[in-house]
Amino acid sequence: MQPLTNRSKVVVKKEMSLYEKIYLPAIISGMMITFSHFFRKKPTIQYPEQKREFSGTYRGQHVLKRDEIGAERCTACGLCAVACPAEAITMIAGERKKGEEKLYREEKYAVNYEINMLRCIFCGDCEDACPKEAIFLTDRMVKPENNRGSFFYGKDILVEGVEKEKRIDISRRQTAEVLEFKKHKEFDHNR
Amino acid sequence: MALETYIIYKLILVVLVFAITMVIAMYSTYAERKVAGFLQDRLGPNRAGPFGILQPVADAVKLFMKEETIPSVSNKTLFIIGPALSLLTACMTGVVIPWGTSLSFFGENFSLQIADVNIGILYLFGVVSIGVYGIMIGGWASNNKYSLLGAIRASSQMISYEVAMGLSIIALIMTTGTLSVGEIAAQQHGWHWNILIQPLGALIFIVCAFAETNRAPFDLPECEQELVGGYHTEYSSMKMGFYLFAEYINMFISATVISTFYFGGYNMPFIGRFVHDPNWLALCGVAFLFAKIFFGIFFFMWVRWTLPRFRYDQLMNLGWKVLIPLSILNIVLTGAWMMRHEILNVFIK
Repeated sequence: MQPLTNRSKVVVKKEMSLYEKIYLPAIISGMMITFSHFFRKKPTIQYPEQKREFSGTYRGQHVLKRDEIGAERCTACGLCAVACPAEAITMIAGERKKGEEKLYREEKYAVNYEINMLRCIFCGDCEDACPKEAIFLTDRMVKPENNRGSFFYGKDILVEGVEKEKRIDISRRQTAEVLEFKKHKEFDHNR
Repeated sequence: MALETYIIYKLILVVLVFAITMVIAMYSTYAERKVAGFLQDRLGPNRAGPFGILQPVADAVKLFMKEETIPSVSNKTLFIIGPALSLLTACMTGVVIPWGTSLSFFGENFSLQIADVNIGILYLFGVVSIGVYGIMIGGWASNNKYSLLGAIRASSQMISYEVAMGLSIIALIMTTGTLSVGEIAAQQHGWHWNILIQPLGALIFIVCAFAETNRAPFDLPECEQELVGGYHTEYSSMKMGFYLFAEYINMFISATVISTFYFGGYNMPFIGRFVHDPNWLALCGVAFLFAKIFFGIFFFMWVRWTLPRFRYDQLMNLGWKVLIPLSILNIVLTGAWMMRHEILNVFIK
């Protein structure tokens, strides 16, 4: 069998020599090893003050994006719900009324959009499935809660704010490959 | 010295030694966690106060606030006596330790030893032996299988290792010719440390001290994996705190006894060249003793976080089949060395 590392040692069961039977040399060498760790740099990240940097494509809490004028991009097509392997997403679709053009981008919109954060496995398939670039996973963490009900995230939590400072930056999810992929013709309507 | 001054001075000394013992035991818990952390590439407690220096206080508050439960099936009197006895005996051992030579004020000489009993070593051993009862009574009174097993292990371990410890001390007594701890410390001035005269005895004594204090690698009485908590499984709140505290006091006392018996006690070579005032010299001695003790405590922790625990039969094998024969050999060798002229004379004739 191929050894996994070059440090593996074949164990031989043999009588211990007197030197080994005394134990003390082995104990001393062991203690030297632990002592050398005493001065080693500690890899601890002291959490509240010091935060570990997420990777560029970290998949955390979702955001429902708005377009430039502040209209919701989601058209409640349901592709995300179909793509979701954990069946965490549910929605109710509605028709846009007259005068709501600034609120919703297209004639159909999600009256109700809910993600069960306890079911969500943060795979990012919803993001892949979305033809409208409406849903993205962000580098935010889902907050801990005391009861299960609080983990049903509705539109009030998921949709980003209209104001510029309340918009959620998702540019880190747009890697070079993603941007290349989006150059396809069928995504023209999103621009 | 007038009787009043004598009593006041002894009282001050007793309170001082008690307070220092308590503070050191308290901060040993902190040091233990810090050392463990550093040896395992962690930081250890660092939230309570700067560098976590208030951690022992927080622990004490926690232990005091915890709900106190006494199992209904336990023997209540003995259940309470157990931890009390454990802590009491742990505190009693500091009496015969010479913490330094003596200070002189107003023409009076104040020895830094509470009681220079001429059978100090015997006293030490007697008190340490009673310490077993604290564990035994506590484990038995809990009426719990785990506690009982832990207590049985603790008592049998301490009894077996006390034999080897006593035998290694006998060799020391042979060379020093005294049972007084103060005199043993005084004899080791300069480089006359007993470890140089009795290296094997010192080694046996240190190994036995680990077993006596129930610390790793001999911490079978309270091994979490097999016995939950060992003899203090049923204990909660400050009663458990007493047991834990007693363990740390024992560790402190063990380090003190080791330093006093084998590592020169308050003596430090060459210090006489730099410090001439006897009072300062005595204080330096106290500082040196404590430096040795702190290293000893660190050594205890260092070993604990390096070595895995012994199996029970290995422990007994080491105690009865290795350490006791070795200490007897040590006695024989010491005796032969002391009588070398007489033995040589026999052969020459």
